[in-house]
Amino acid sequence: MPAIADLGGTDGWGPVHPPDPAEKVFDEAWEGRAFALAVLGMGRISGQNLDAFRYALGRLDPHAYFEEGYYGRWLNAVELMFVESGIIAPDAVDARARNLSGEQVEEPPAPELSKPDYAATGPGSLRQVDGSPRFAVGDRVRAGEVPPAPTKLPEYVSGHVGVVEHVQPAHLLPDTHAVFRGENPQHVYTVRFDSRDLYGAAAEPFALTIELFDSYLEPA
Amino acid sequence: MTDTRPPVALRTEALEQILTERGLVDPAVMDKFIATYETSVGPLNGAKVVAKAWTDPEYRARLLADGTAAIKELGFSGPQGEHIVVVENTASTHNVVVCTLCSCYPWPVLGLPPSWYKDPAYRARVVREPRTVLREMGLELDESVEIVVRDSSSEVRWLVLPERPAGTEDLSEEDLTGLVTRDAMVGVAKVGA
Repeated sequence: MPAIADLGGTDGWGPVHPPDPAEKVFDEAWEGRAFALAVLGMGRISGQNLDAFRYALGRLDPHAYFEEGYYGRWLNAVELMFVESGIIAPDAVDARARNLSGEQVEEPPAPELSKPDYAATGPGSLRQVDGSPRFAVGDRVRAGEVPPAPTKLPEYVSGHVGVVEHVQPAHLLPDTHAVFRGENPQHVYTVRFDSRDLYGAAAEPFALTIELFDSYLEPA
Repeated sequence: MTDTRPPVALRTEALEQILTERGLVDPAVMDKFIATYETSVGPLNGAKVVAKAWTDPEYRARLLADGTAAIKELGFSGPQGEHIVVVENTASTHNVVVCTLCSCYPWPVLGLPPSWYKDPAYRARVVREPRTVLREMGLELDESVEIVVRDSSSEVRWLVLPERPAGTEDLSEEDLTGLVTRDAMVGVAKVGA
């Protein structure tokens, strides 16, 4: 079953929303607070691990992911990270929120800390790797099966053949980094697909490129 | 049961209070961070990059060869800008950017993404029927134009160098900067003269 965040190519969403030139960066003040809490807060767990944050987003239930707005989704994901790290209790946010609205409920004590024992080897996500890239520009490659989450291989390119358009700088691998199990840096390729190879002969003709990690690919 | 939780705005305030009490976030630092993205990191940065590329052929060549370095020349770098690749839209090729898995976007040059970019309908559909999606967004492309959709699935960030509109030959770099829109730098619009 595709992960909740893996939306590429899926049906049933209705029309897109045309751009609104008057749109503000944050519609409401809480959205800015949630943005800052997510970005600054996640760095207090075990380094600024954006992959862990994205993995937390992808594990939210449909209500928490879709129904509370974009920054509601961010708030819910960073709360999940704090709960899983033992920094706050699962009910701590709700209890405090009820007290803020005038109820009087007991707040749970802070649980036992269970932060991942993990530190990145450097800032950011780009890394040097030994050995030259397995594929070169122009090579035909097939995207493999979608691995168990976390992964950055979307369902809609899985099993399809494309052509390497660029060899990008090596990145740490989200699949292991997101769960604090190592950086395992890999070569990353921009792979170009023909829409008719992805969706069949009746598809709108266009090209699509996506960055794929070395272990997602096999020669084709 | 999540829909019976207290309202999200209240939960945001609750989490901020708890983390502040624990010394894990500082509301004053949060204020500055929010203000930065409300006022100084936004699409005006990208517009300056584009206008310079339109008026300085050597800069344009550097920008297309190494976007991150050329953008840094103008002082723009930071989170979500580790490796920026710039692609050019022309009369025959039209690039459009998406992040199907989340909302990856080149913050240093465009700021935070607008709602349409983060919307599930855009994320789902632009990789399946981009011509239809662009039409819904107000951009009608000739059938002869090749569309290239860029799905930002790693830390590579894409910036579109839009086509310079005809009739702007006499405009200064500053005037050109005022023409460039965020939507054109993502590829869902063209720059009008």
